[in-house]
Amino acid sequence: MAKKKNIEEPVAKPAGGLFAYAPAPESPAAAGDIATSYGHFIGGEFVDSSGSEALKTVNPATEQVLAEFAQGTDEDVERAVAAARKAFADWSSLPGSERAKYLFRIARIIQERSRELAVLESMDNGKPIRETRDFDIPTVAAWFFYYAGWADKLDYAGFGANPRPLGVAGQVIPWNFPLMMLAWKIAPALATGNTVVLKPAETTPLTALRFAEICRQAGLPKGVVNIVTGDGRTGAALTAHPDVNKVAFTGSTPVGRAIARQLAGSRKKLSLELGGKAANIVFDDAPIDQAVEGIVNGIFFNQGHVCCAGSRLLVQESVQDEVLDALKRRMATLRVGDPLDKNTDIGAINSAAQLARITELTDAGEAEGADRWSPECELPGTGFWFKPTLFTGVSQAHRIAQEEIFGPVLSVLTFRTPEEAVAKANNTPYGLSAGIWTEKGSRILWMANRLKAGVVWANTFNKFDPTSPFGGYKESGYGREGGRHGLEAYLDV
Amino acid sequence: MAEVSVRPRKPAGKVVSLAVGYARRYAGLVTMSTVAANAPGVAGSGLADVAASEASLRRFLHGLPGVDQVGLEARAATLGTRSIKTTAKAYAIDLAISMIDLTTLEGADTVGKVRALCAKGRTPDPTDPTTPRVAAICVYPDMVATAKDALRGTDIQVASVATAFPAGRAALPVKLADTADAVAAGADEIDMVIDRGAFLSGRYFDVYNEIVAVKEACKRPDGTYAHLKVIFETGELQTYDNVRRVSWLAMLAGADFIKTSTGKVAVNATPPVTLLMLEAVRDFRAATGVQVGVKPAGGIKTTKDAMKYLVMVNETLGDDWLSPHWFRFGASSLLNDLLMQRQKLATGRYSGPDYVTVD
Repeated sequence: MAKKKNIEEPVAKPAGGLFAYAPAPESPAAAGDIATSYGHFIGGEFVDSSGSEALKTVNPATEQVLAEFAQGTDEDVERAVAAARKAFADWSSLPGSERAKYLFRIARIIQERSRELAVLESMDNGKPIRETRDFDIPTVAAWFFYYAGWADKLDYAGFGANPRPLGVAGQVIPWNFPLMMLAWKIAPALATGNTVVLKPAETTPLTALRFAEICRQAGLPKGVVNIVTGDGRTGAALTAHPDVNKVAFTGSTPVGRAIARQLAGSRKKLSLELGGKAANIVFDDAPIDQAVEGIVNGIFFNQGHVCCAGSRLLVQESVQDEVLDALKRRMATLRVGDPLDKNTDIGAINSAAQLARITELTDAGEAEGADRWSPECELPGTGFWFKPTLFTGVSQAHRIAQEEIFGPVLSVLTFRTPEEAVAKANNTPYGLSAGIWTEKGSRILWMANRLKAGVVWANTFNKFDPTSPFGGYKESGYGREGGRHGLEAYLDV
Repeated sequence: MAEVSVRPRKPAGKVVSLAVGYARRYAGLVTMSTVAANAPGVAGSGLADVAASEASLRRFLHGLPGVDQVGLEARAATLGTRSIKTTAKAYAIDLAISMIDLTTLEGADTVGKVRALCAKGRTPDPTDPTTPRVAAICVYPDMVATAKDALRGTDIQVASVATAFPAGRAALPVKLADTADAVAAGADEIDMVIDRGAFLSGRYFDVYNEIVAVKEACKRPDGTYAHLKVIFETGELQTYDNVRRVSWLAMLAGADFIKTSTGKVAVNATPPVTLLMLEAVRDFRAATGVQVGVKPAGGIKTTKDAMKYLVMVNETLGDDWLSPHWFRFGASSLLNDLLMQRQKLATGRYSGPDYVTVD
């Protein structure tokens, strides 16, 4: 009676792991029709470029060309700024409640077309569908909803009665969150009564062009939003244009510096959101499992193509082994591959150029003596890929501790005391974000007061909300996006 | 034949740094021992002295790393977005069926009801003999003999709740008698409830000693033990810090399985609570070499729910726990939903509740 049989396992084990997930791909057809070539969106119409040069945008996961698009010329920029100028008088004199209606409409259309936008963004950028579906596109809609709410309440935003818009805003955005960066720029500009000319990045123009369709669908007055595509030459033409009143740029620090130099002495208002080398600081009393999730989310979210990525892990020496073991165990479960597979955690690197930059810096890390580790994982044969990578034995003097890598590469440094953590965290030309992991509330406040970073996350990382201002210190730029503060960048105050 | 009542151990060579980390945290408290004991109430290597006294146990439990509620819930939610399709779904459905502790715990239970449930457990889908049978039938102690009889000739286990289930509000001798009675009636597994009142008032040592005593009551005349599952009723313990502490407490006391809930209170198994318990058994094995199972119970009703739990097991613990030895679902209505999804995979069409049996 007491002798029992072992419970045998009645289920046949499939090859390749007990519970290997079958492919669960999102259909590329869900991205809607992608034209073979695109012009610009100026004055409410899709128009051809005055020039003949065309660029190609490729799917970085397959290296297949998705579409051709125009390289914007000086003349194209001239037409776009003129269209925005023409639209400004009527748009800025609309009651805020009327402008809000358009923004609410845009937000709702984004929600309705969220699947289409998510798939298109994944294909053009290489980021996993899980992130575009669950993070990018919902955040885009949230931004438009939030600033729609401000449009008729600007008198109460703290900038005095009846604050005035600036005029035409020239906006240049990066490729890492194409549609989200567009939303961060366009939503507050429109809510405050400005009109815009926006240039998307040359590797990811498709969702901006799709957004132009949404503007038409929403019945937005012609010329309020204009999209001019092209590379840095087009961007330079836009920011240099004499009839632009406001320049907003998100991208690299060298380009931001060039724009600041270009605009010096002009009356243009400028906001810059540039690079970062954020410290993610883990104390010995941190909730370890959640800290590991936060570290992973901090650096491997969006393949590490995040200006505020937690690219430097500062871990207290007394828990270094415990944290690193847990981190490696967790990294081994990251799923790298097809961005359109719903179970993919890390997608493709956005471009061959970015892959080359990551490779160069990681090679430098090895050459300088840091220890490199990556989990076993198979990378697809075509496309641009980089394994999630961990460097230990990194010191402040290493390039991988100083330069922005903008890829799935984490540099691990250690500290002994809170003072040392602050000193190391601040020892960078950047100052965009930082993370603190500790169960002690008083230490969070003590640290946050001393960290020179625009955003300090406590027991979390890479969380964004339209109500919260975002922006940097030092070489990470100036001006704030998001929240009430984000209105100031587009008001004549 | 192998004995399931003995907790299998991993080879004791690999004491990962987590164990070292814990040991470092409790330096002076923990004596690293190379001998892995398996007697009730004594954990394996490394943490043997933790439960030497009220004070040491308390210091250990309060020294465990904290749990960040937001982060834990976010991780569980993210794992819940995994998309399980085609072959993976077919595998997971069969695995889930084979992990069910098919349960009836009602005042209205009769011999007829228990027999019907046992028949269902043996042959969940009479139209398809390839359907796996469930892991166990879970009943009150007075129904153990009935279930045992109805399951004769199968390897389906009989699990019995005990220790004044579900509230656990009885004197210790009563609880022990309840347990011994179920074991004597032939129960293969005992699902005990802890004294939540004692835990919430900080009397951890009382909870610990009670589990040790119940484990002793699981001993059969031949020296083997009925498998002991320890129910925490996490809906009453409320905080995640409490769940982590009670998980370690129960494992130190000799639990073979840790189980979320009785199914009798408002909040039963949830993904975050289960994820936290999965992390606890992972860390416990890393620290001691002893592997402990996990059983979420109550509120898991759909195939989609079950998939989410299996994904959590897969990505937190991996292959070692993906078997009925180490993971169970305490459920009743879940089985029919799994069967309907199984039929749908086979035929391409949804059938309906009239095409699965009512038990």
